[in-house]
Amino acid sequence: MPIAAKFEIEYLQYLDPEGKQVRKDLPEFAQDIDQMVELYKLMVSTRVFDTKSIALQRTGKLGTYASCLGHEATHVGIGASMKPEDVFAPSYREYGAQLYRGVRPRDVYMYWGGDERGNDYQNEPAKHDFAWSVPIGTQCLHAAGSALAFKIRKEKRVAVCTIGDGGSSKGDFYGAINIAGAQQLPMVAVIVNNQWAISVPRRIQSGAQTLAQKGIAAGLPSIQVDGNDIIAVRKAMEDALDRARRGDGGSVIECVTYRLGDHTTADDARRYRGKDEVEDAWTKDPVKRLRIWLESKKAWDEKKEKALQEECSEWMDNEVNAYLESKVQPVSAMFDYTFAEIPADLEKQRDLALSLEKGAH
Amino acid sequence: MAAITLIEAVTQALAYEMQHDDSVVVLGEDVGVNGGVFRATVGLQEKFGELRVLDTPLDETTIAGVTVGLAAQGMKPVAEAQFEGFIYPMMEQIACHAARLRNRTRGRITVPAVWRAPWGGGIRAPEHHSEANEHLFTNIPGLRVVLPSSPARAYGLLLAAIRDPDPVMFFEPKRIYRQYKEEVPDDGEALPLDVCFVLRDGNDVTLVTWGAQVKETLEAADALASQGISAEVIDVATLTPLDFDTIAESVQKTGRCVIVHEAPKTAGFGAEIAARLAEECMYDLLAPVERVTGFDTHIPLFRLEMKYLPSTERIVEAAKRALAAS
Repeated sequence: MPIAAKFEIEYLQYLDPEGKQVRKDLPEFAQDIDQMVELYKLMVSTRVFDTKSIALQRTGKLGTYASCLGHEATHVGIGASMKPEDVFAPSYREYGAQLYRGVRPRDVYMYWGGDERGNDYQNEPAKHDFAWSVPIGTQCLHAAGSALAFKIRKEKRVAVCTIGDGGSSKGDFYGAINIAGAQQLPMVAVIVNNQWAISVPRRIQSGAQTLAQKGIAAGLPSIQVDGNDIIAVRKAMEDALDRARRGDGGSVIECVTYRLGDHTTADDARRYRGKDEVEDAWTKDPVKRLRIWLESKKAWDEKKEKALQEECSEWMDNEVNAYLESKVQPVSAMFDYTFAEIPADLEKQRDLALSLEKGAH
Repeated sequence: MAAITLIEAVTQALAYEMQHDDSVVVLGEDVGVNGGVFRATVGLQEKFGELRVLDTPLDETTIAGVTVGLAAQGMKPVAEAQFEGFIYPMMEQIACHAARLRNRTRGRITVPAVWRAPWGGGIRAPEHHSEANEHLFTNIPGLRVVLPSSPARAYGLLLAAIRDPDPVMFFEPKRIYRQYKEEVPDDGEALPLDVCFVLRDGNDVTLVTWGAQVKETLEAADALASQGISAEVIDVATLTPLDFDTIAESVQKTGRCVIVHEAPKTAGFGAEIAARLAEECMYDLLAPVERVTGFDTHIPLFRLEMKYLPSTERIVEAAKRALAAS
């Protein structure tokens, strides 16, 4: 029978789990060792930040927190490849990318600490990014809509969304990549495949050999990369972003990584996955492999590591203090952002809430 | 100036605003070449191009989510849900994002978008094409729910909805899309949102309604007048945020209120108005508040649908019951 269509999904990896370089054709950014050190520093900062967040939660200073342990290469790789004018529509775990774009640890603490001000990013370029989207997959369509706005206004900007392996099962994800394909939108959809959607493994999430190939159905160039290899992540991202900026439309990138922690602090992953699997995943640690590679290039050593760890701890301590010292919003804040102008009826409800506050009722 | 129908007033408003504001875009299924299944967007793609009048893939979730994304980037999208009965897949994007982004980002991201949907029954349409479900949206904070009931109000309220900095559901009563024509100057003058329109002054009973039911309610007021009963008719127009003051003032005068809507009775928006009357106008009332509504059933297929929709007779009877009670 004649073939109606054929496809292949390439797999990209530069550094293997042992930190050994498996390809000679290093992309330009990776030939600049100082840049690679900077990426490493942010990956370590992200991990220190994550550890601090969990400690805060365990001591009752945060509500529920979703850890990013193990995703550092994927997240920082995404953040590092985007231009300031691009727009990021993340799900709720992509701190590495967000820290790169100016979200402060105190913003993240504020959000998981039960305060909407955590979504009010103060620094550019994060200031024009979307806030974390909690309903799974919905943010992909915000990226598609943003990309459509850029196309209509002829702006050379790209919208990037991230989604998990579980999220790639949602219609919103397909809807977003489908319209990106149909309208050649400047959008990059990154599937952060960390193998687990809370307790549901990748194996029963989809019958597709790769999640990247879902992009083929939408007519988008699609690739699978080692999501624990920041060089591969950033290279695939840069290629996709360049294509989008040139007007050649969207892409799908599947970053294969592993959620080393629980889904959130409210979860206990021991209920559904074995110790061996997690131990094996630790051998593919993204931070360790980049460190080994940097050390092999004489760009990193124990002394620098110690100094970095101290610097990160100090940064996080400052951020934690800023968060802990922040005052709770006034009760009126519950009402003030419902509409641009508060309707009369709602104003009465605000007055009631304020009077309850004063003990008038 | 030619007289136009309600649907033509929708088109006229869209064309005016697209002409005067480059950030206004229209998107939905069949809105482009075809001009919409009801022809609300006819001629717009020719004039404003394929990107500003975008035929989307056939997925309501996509339309709703892309609308949020467009609006978040400072565009003013006007999305079309082809029929109210197909709006359910859009609700997650509307409730979780459109209505909520201003609040959850402390005003950093806003969603100045409009969702238009042909609404309600009475056109002998197939199943799932006749729903009136405005009450499902009136309970969502941060969202405006607007229903025009005449060509002039369709034009003026749609302009206001597009210009509003917050998301608006704009439910168009398709039963009266082509019911009559009136002169609507294409002057770009918006009508105010968040206010009720008093369509007829009266002293004996207040008839409160919205959407297509304005037609039967005005007919009922005529019938009552011929029997010497003076009915005031209020078109709520913006359900949320509700202009309760206009309704309260009228009921303070008449002492009687009949609420008319075609959505099911239980937890319909009439229940909210009745509750407010009980809370705030109890001692002005001379008779129990009456509700003339659709039944708590699914709207039947079209052989029976006119038995479901509130009729002029039912409204007249309810008004007379209210008068007989005092």
